[in-house]
Amino acid sequence: MTHPASGAPAVRMTHIAKRFGDCQALRDASLEVMPGEIHALVGENGAGKSTMMRILAGIHAPDAGTVEVFGRDVTGWTAAQAIDASVGMVHQHFMLVPTLTIAENVILGREPVRGLAIDMARAQREVEEAAARSGFRMNVHRYVRELSVGEQQRVEILKTLVRGARVLVLDEPTAVLSPPEVEELWRVLRALRDDGGTIILITHKLDEVTEISETITVMRAGRTVARFPTAGTSPAAIARAMVGRDVVLAGDVPHDHARSAVAAPVAAPALEVRNLVVAGERRARAVDDVTFAVAPGEILGIAGVEGNGQSALIEAIVGLRRAQSGEIRIAGTDVTSMSLREREARGLAHIPEDRQRRGLVLDFSVADNLILGRQRAYEHGGVLDRVRILADARAAIALADIRPPDPTLPVRALSGGNQQKIVIARALAREIVVLIAAQPTRGVDVGAIELIHARLRAARDAGTGILLVSAELSEILALSDRVAVMYGGRIVAIVPRAEASEASLGPLMTGATGS
Amino acid sequence: MSDASATAASVSDGAPAPMRTRLDRLLEAVLPPLVALLVSIVAGDLLILAVGQSPGAVYRLMLEGTWGNAYGFGQVLYKTTTLVCTGLAVAVGLRAGLFNIGAEGQLAAGGLGAALAGLALPASTSGLVAVPLCTIAAMCAGGAVGFVPGVLRAKWGAHEVITTIMLNFIVLALLSWMLSTGLRVPETLHTQAVHAGALPRLSAWWSGFHGSAANGSIAIVLFAALLADVYLFRTRGGFELRAVGLQPDASENAGIDVGRTWIRALTISGALAGLGGINFVLGYEHYYEEGFATGAGFLGIAVALVGRSNPFGVVLAALFFATLSQGGLAINALVPKQMVDALQGVVILAMAASVPEVRRLLASTRRSVR
Amino acid sequence: MSMLLAFLAQTLRIAVPYLFAAAGGVLAERSGIISLTLEGFMLGGAFSAMLGSYYSGSPWIGAICGIAGGLALGMLHAVATIRYKADQVVSGIAINLLAVGLTRYFLKLVFDSSSNSPRVPGFSAATSSTALVSGLVHNPLIPLGLLIVPAVAWLLYRTPFGLRVRAVGEHPEAAVTLGISVRRVRYAAVALSGALAALGGAYLSLDQHQFTDGMSAGRGFIALAAIIFGRWDPMRAGLACLFFAAAETLQIQLQGMQAIPSQFVQMIPYVLTIIALVGVVGRAIPPAALGRE
Repeated sequence: MTHPASGAPAVRMTHIAKRFGDCQALRDASLEVMPGEIHALVGENGAGKSTMMRILAGIHAPDAGTVEVFGRDVTGWTAAQAIDASVGMVHQHFMLVPTLTIAENVILGREPVRGLAIDMARAQREVEEAAARSGFRMNVHRYVRELSVGEQQRVEILKTLVRGARVLVLDEPTAVLSPPEVEELWRVLRALRDDGGTIILITHKLDEVTEISETITVMRAGRTVARFPTAGTSPAAIARAMVGRDVVLAGDVPHDHARSAVAAPVAAPALEVRNLVVAGERRARAVDDVTFAVAPGEILGIAGVEGNGQSALIEAIVGLRRAQSGEIRIAGTDVTSMSLREREARGLAHIPEDRQRRGLVLDFSVADNLILGRQRAYEHGGVLDRVRILADARAAIALADIRPPDPTLPVRALSGGNQQKIVIARALAREIVVLIAAQPTRGVDVGAIELIHARLRAARDAGTGILLVSAELSEILALSDRVAVMYGGRIVAIVPRAEASEASLGPLMTGATGS
Repeated sequence: MSDASATAASVSDGAPAPMRTRLDRLLEAVLPPLVALLVSIVAGDLLILAVGQSPGAVYRLMLEGTWGNAYGFGQVLYKTTTLVCTGLAVAVGLRAGLFNIGAEGQLAAGGLGAALAGLALPASTSGLVAVPLCTIAAMCAGGAVGFVPGVLRAKWGAHEVITTIMLNFIVLALLSWMLSTGLRVPETLHTQAVHAGALPRLSAWWSGFHGSAANGSIAIVLFAALLADVYLFRTRGGFELRAVGLQPDASENAGIDVGRTWIRALTISGALAGLGGINFVLGYEHYYEEGFATGAGFLGIAVALVGRSNPFGVVLAALFFATLSQGGLAINALVPKQMVDALQGVVILAMAASVPEVRRLLASTRRSVR
Repeated sequence: MSMLLAFLAQTLRIAVPYLFAAAGGVLAERSGIISLTLEGFMLGGAFSAMLGSYYSGSPWIGAICGIAGGLALGMLHAVATIRYKADQVVSGIAINLLAVGLTRYFLKLVFDSSSNSPRVPGFSAATSSTALVSGLVHNPLIPLGLLIVPAVAWLLYRTPFGLRVRAVGEHPEAAVTLGISVRRVRYAAVALSGALAALGGAYLSLDQHQFTDGMSAGRGFIALAAIIFGRWDPMRAGLACLFFAAAETLQIQLQGMQAIPSQFVQMIPYVLTIIALVGVVGRAIPPAALGRE
């Protein structure tokens, strides 16, 4: 690919609009990336960053607007054309076929042939050469399902390099990496940039943005709202652009320090986990000898990069997965061998991290979802008491400010924030001892986030013990009374909120012990 | 697909009026069967023209031979009875997210169950005792056959699409073997006559039905359809079954035992199919005969689909397919009755293709109107 | 020795339709499309082959017509499931019913019979079982049937098309991001399954020199059982086909001795499939995208 005179952008997208079904993902979005720079595309969940890049990569065609790559109008091109034109994309959820080898995954779509058959020897050579150029080596005959997350990401990058990518797009690449792997990735990206490549990084992590990028474009609700050089800006300014108003960042929260004193529990802890071990798929142990307790009336937040055992921990506590060894107690009662339903009967409630799959039956009405799990309480001789179900539903809707306030509406028609309100309302509808809240504000619009946080705080004030697991450190710091850090399946620290900050927790989240 | 899919399933606050969503759901339910009907009429026209006949004349003859005279209508009712049972069986399974393709084997087992119960009872047993006993026997036999794929799915994750098909062949072979080793009357493929539990023909009440096979089992079966509707939409068990069918992960998280629900659903499904056995055995020929269930399983799938897995819809759909089947006989003078067999396939294919397409078109018109 | 030869020969003759259908079905299933349709494809192919042979006088033309019939039904299934996103199980059942209905209809229409067509030119030298070995030699579909399974295995594991089929059946999104048309790959796989299964049906009608109503008699489902029992691998599925055919042959030859009732032998493929699914001897795991969009 020849580059036009310097000064011309490598990528220019103007006035892009795109709709999926009922959702207007992009309204009027633009992007301009200069050649040879690392450009960060930032925004909250749902701002449209991924969609924008998928349009660039040819996976979707825009409804309106133009896309230019190195001066050429390529609006609406296909993925195959994008790849041929040296635009490569590494997706957030890896696009690798687990049952094929590394080599097969990399050559898929452009297989070298000898006669009618695939020339495997040549394929192997190509892939190994590309790997060497980026500074790593791999046995290309390994099956992808056996690889670690970092290795899989490297295969994704190889796929783009082997196709001669000059513009590399990475979608939330560090979401599943441990800090050393992140450093490794930065090294590779800088090497590629120095080699003449252009890199676009989609992220919502502000510290990464300031560390690696040279220019930042900010998107909000499907529009581009700001573009400025990284030097000379601050996380606060970026955050303000992302959200549209002054945002209180984690470090600024004036915390009620009186609460964070860890008092000796008067009654039995709401939740107690002792020496819990849960078997994992990749790692030998997803949860490796974990011990902690949640007192009634406190929020214990577990901070950590996703993929360090949090999901396995929650599933084991809730009863969706069996623990290999260890103990789980709710209000003093040993529930380790009890089913999920029995644990719920003893005061456990769960806000699942994937509400559309685990939390709601989307085609059921709001009222039906509110009683899901509690349907036996509304039963008389097998038949359900519809009158009482609707009445209770209306009350819950009013209390939680669920909109629109129609209990017969299918939940599918509600926004993410209102759907989550239903999940939380259901969890808090009965007398509970401990609430497990996993990513409670993921995919929720900012207004609803504050309402949800308020409900969690209210539950805590009423005496419920809350175990909060979130990938957003700011959320952990905003809500928790004590903060734990999970890394590699272990709890590496538990500190009172007063001692917790991004600075102090960061090293712990990377696995650095002490110092 | 994270950005798009996270937001694609939700709309901004202040969503459009609920009324529109309800209308959409009604359209999504009713349009596909209408489309299927249309497509099958067109296909029927083509097949009729291929024989050089006039479609109008053929359809008129079909209607006359079915709803136009009492005998024909009686035959329609007879066939409807069986199809309601297999249709309900598939419908209940679908509501739980499961595909029961083995309704034919379950129906046959039910027939043999009813026959064996009837043979075990003294011939003089009062109908009030014998009919319920034989009916229960039929449902137990069908339920037992439905139970197996339920367990295979719940305990070992074996997909019921395959296991019900395989079990279908296994059960039919087993029943054939049972028949050939002693149960049958020599030189025939049926059992001895079952006297206990015999159901009267409808012609006993109205002589217009004289000669048709329609019998009292239709009352039992329609009642079963009513019970199925109550179960699915008004009871806790039905609530759990539908929740599991729509979203097993959320149901599991809510404490519902998904595996046990699957077993329950397929057992009920098998029992409903088995119930159909009383139509032939108690109401028509008064013995069990090998092959009486042929084709009823696949047609039950068609009935459940066109009836949108709703018991009321299932009854209507069963009437439609029974009319088609009987109508084929009526038009045999003009057009080979085999045309009806072909049309059955056309209807199912059209249904299957139109359900997602209608949904897609409705969604896009909804957007452009907004 | 001649008994063993006769046994092998008959096993092969019985296995040929299974081999064709299973080979085609493996391709379609590995690409992610459920293949309950094999039965319908086979029946349609049998009828088309008979019709072609009847009108042309040549069984070769008949075989080609059989393939055409299978392609037509295959495209119907493909369009319904890929373009219109119809449920693949339902479409499969519909295609089977359609095949039964259409073959019956045209059988009546063209030959005025509800049960069978007149005798047509076919492939085997004689229809009696004493000419088994010569039948092997004279019927080209038999060696073709044996070769088709390794051919499909080579196609699946050694060619770009096969790699794409395997990718599309496990992780279609990945294939899309690499510029591969998932639709096109699946259309091709289903069309091939239609053609191959139909060839299996053509073998039936050309070997027997006539078409009889419902002559596929569940063989398409046995082929499906072989695919599952063979864990969606062509060679293993082929071995399963041979195994099922051997059991059938054994039962026929032991008929006089009444050792095992024929009905129980009939059950063997189906019971084995269930066992395979349950995982008594290692779990049979289908392609990850099978049946999904």
